[in-house]
Amino acid sequence: MYLNQFLFLAAFLFCVGVYGVLARKNGVLVLMSVELILNAVNVNLVAFGAFHNTVVGQVFALFVITIAAAEVGVGLAIVLLIYRNKHSIDLSEVDLMKG
Amino acid sequence: MLRNAWLIPALPVVSFALILFFGKRLPNKGHEIGILFVGGAFVLSSICAVQWISRPADYVVPAAGHADVGAAAGEEHAADASSPATGPVAATTAERNGPGAAHEAEPIRRPVDRQVTWFETGGIKIKAGTHMDGLSVMLVFVVSLISLLVHVFSTNYMHDDRRYTHFFAALSLFTAGMLVMVTSSNTLQLLFGWEMMGLCSFMLIGHWWEEKNNSDAALKAFFTTRTGDIGLLVGISILFAAAGNTFDIATINDHALSGAIGTTALVCAAAALLCAVIGKSAQFPLHTWLPDAMAGPTPVSALIHAATMVVAGVYLVARLYGVFWQGFHIGDGGINPVALFGGITILIAAALAFVQNDIKKVLAYSTVSQLGYMVMALGVGAWGAGIFHLFTHAFFKGLLFLGAGSVSHSVHSFDMKKDMGGLKKTMPVTFWTFLIGSVALAGIFPLAGFWSKDEILVGASGNGYPIFLIVGLVGAFMTAAYMTRCVYLTFFGEFRGHGHPHESPKPITVPLVILAGFSVVAGLLNIPALELFTKWTANATVIAAGVPEHGFSVGLAGLGLLMGFGGIATGYAYYVKNLGPHRLTQRSKPALAGYRFLENKYFLDRLYTDMIVGGIKGPVARAAYWINQNVLDGVVNGAAAVSRAVANFTYDVIDQKVVDGVVNGAGAGAEEGGSALRVLQTGRVQQYAAFLFGAVVLMGGALVLFA
Repeated sequence: MYLNQFLFLAAFLFCVGVYGVLARKNGVLVLMSVELILNAVNVNLVAFGAFHNTVVGQVFALFVITIAAAEVGVGLAIVLLIYRNKHSIDLSEVDLMKG
Repeated sequence: MLRNAWLIPALPVVSFALILFFGKRLPNKGHEIGILFVGGAFVLSSICAVQWISRPADYVVPAAGHADVGAAAGEEHAADASSPATGPVAATTAERNGPGAAHEAEPIRRPVDRQVTWFETGGIKIKAGTHMDGLSVMLVFVVSLISLLVHVFSTNYMHDDRRYTHFFAALSLFTAGMLVMVTSSNTLQLLFGWEMMGLCSFMLIGHWWEEKNNSDAALKAFFTTRTGDIGLLVGISILFAAAGNTFDIATINDHALSGAIGTTALVCAAAALLCAVIGKSAQFPLHTWLPDAMAGPTPVSALIHAATMVVAGVYLVARLYGVFWQGFHIGDGGINPVALFGGITILIAAALAFVQNDIKKVLAYSTVSQLGYMVMALGVGAWGAGIFHLFTHAFFKGLLFLGAGSVSHSVHSFDMKKDMGGLKKTMPVTFWTFLIGSVALAGIFPLAGFWSKDEILVGASGNGYPIFLIVGLVGAFMTAAYMTRCVYLTFFGEFRGHGHPHESPKPITVPLVILAGFSVVAGLLNIPALELFTKWTANATVIAAGVPEHGFSVGLAGLGLLMGFGGIATGYAYYVKNLGPHRLTQRSKPALAGYRFLENKYFLDRLYTDMIVGGIKGPVARAAYWINQNVLDGVVNGAAAVSRAVANFTYDVIDQKVVDGVVNGAGAGAEEGGSALRVLQTGRVQQYAAFLFGAVVLMGGALVLFA
């Protein structure tokens, strides 16, 4: 079994995710990019798990999926509240923490 | 069909999904799917039943012993060895073969097992599969029949409901839960079905959740059964470990009977499982959720009370009978927890049924009491009688609930005293079917309840449990009396409600008539000469345990019948003819106190909400306050006095001269540094993220380069 193609796929997904998180202005898209990053990790976990012939990787990936679901729930709730207050989900406008 | 029994629970599951996704777009809002699929499940169950009955009885059950366990284990190894050849999900059929040696036990029908490996983890194969024997076949038949009738009934009863489609979807899933549970071959799958029902009961009891009462009742049902469910989880875990890492029910029973499981583990497991039974089957003291569950739509009540949910607990005991038999020493006579809880439940629930004015609540307490009979029967070693009562009770209790639904459909109320009475003339079909159900429940010859109740009495007396024989007889008397009251208030006398009651339409009356037919004939399956039901449901575990069987006893039957007639006569005299000490509650203080005691349901709800929940909340808060006031404040005050003296000294010497110089210097430094760093804090999350990633990349790079 070849591990490389999985790692490349994961690396690509991760980079796309990082780009999204850093560059997109839309809050929802940023959240989706975070999902991409997490799923890149999942791909790695499962690939290594299969490579080493254990289920640990899959179990770990399942945990990641669960946590990711919770995270998106919280994230979307925050985005919703931001929208309610600002009528926009452009993250560059959210700078209340500016020093 | 017995081999493909997994199809039976699969159909309602499919139906649930289809109704959920497509129900609203269909011309009948989804009920056609429900009826079609549950009807299909019923047809398959009937085929199962016919095949089971026509199966040759050629399986001689070996007595409990180590030889049997060895054979079973060896067989499992053989099955495991063949499975890798066909891949990880290999269907392995293991029909349980005993040594088949010559034995005096009567041969029974061989159960049909079919298992597939669900998943494998840590070297343990978790299997999913069906185990069809007399008990399972009987229950799938009853469950699918009642569910089908409830579906048909609901098409009219729930007409124009705002969540009509949702209701049918939940109904299908509920049925599926029960079917999964009764066909399962292992405790894990059983737990799965059990929890499915817990969820669906919550959804259905709270179907009209806009009213606070209904959603409270749903929560109460869910939490109360949940309290017991902890026991199920614990019990299953103990048995899993004790029976050598297996969830297989047949193996667990074998191990329990052969003594391969230690006594302590067995007693703990049995006690934990009994908690689950008490919660789910609404036994004392966790029965309080069941009457409140009447807040749900009536068809749901019928389904919960007759075929699913509450009999799940009884089924659990019957299915894992080896554990209970051995764990609680049921065979020895005396008093054991199963029989004790069942016996108490019979009496207290029957007493509560007298003071209810809501027709559904009378029936609810009656169900609790009848469940007590079943649990007690299992507790006194009358296994066959317990499940026979489960079988007959399903028909007449389903009938009574649907009848109550029909009445309320007509008078738009459940209150017997205010809004009913005299419905005999206007609703003849409902009246006659309800009467048949009541008489069957009261245990009058030759209707269904008579035969099953009699078997329980015979079992209690034959196995050396005279106390529970008396409890059973008193319960029979009370049952007959409160049903007389209920029938009289509903159907006789003058109509006390508003409007013009009318007979319900066909979708409501046809299920009533069918169930009435079953209530009449179901008991005849076990008439003394034939005992068909006993033969059909003969169970390997029960035979291996050596549970004694008792024949029909004319004396006890007569006594039971006498109690039934006595109850009816007493009820008639008291409620109809107004004989006896009426208005006692207004004359005598103790009687009033007793009445209040019943009216408040033994103050159990008060106990749970005020004393236990409040009791934990109150003292903890007070204790925390006391500690806060006396301990913490004392420490703080003392510390303050000491520190003030120290502080005065330090202020003058150290602080003013030494520290201030440092502090001022640091402050000035921080201020300048802060205004320099302030530029960095833009408040933009993405910029922070970029710093974060940058730092991680730097550190990662350092790790790769230097480590």
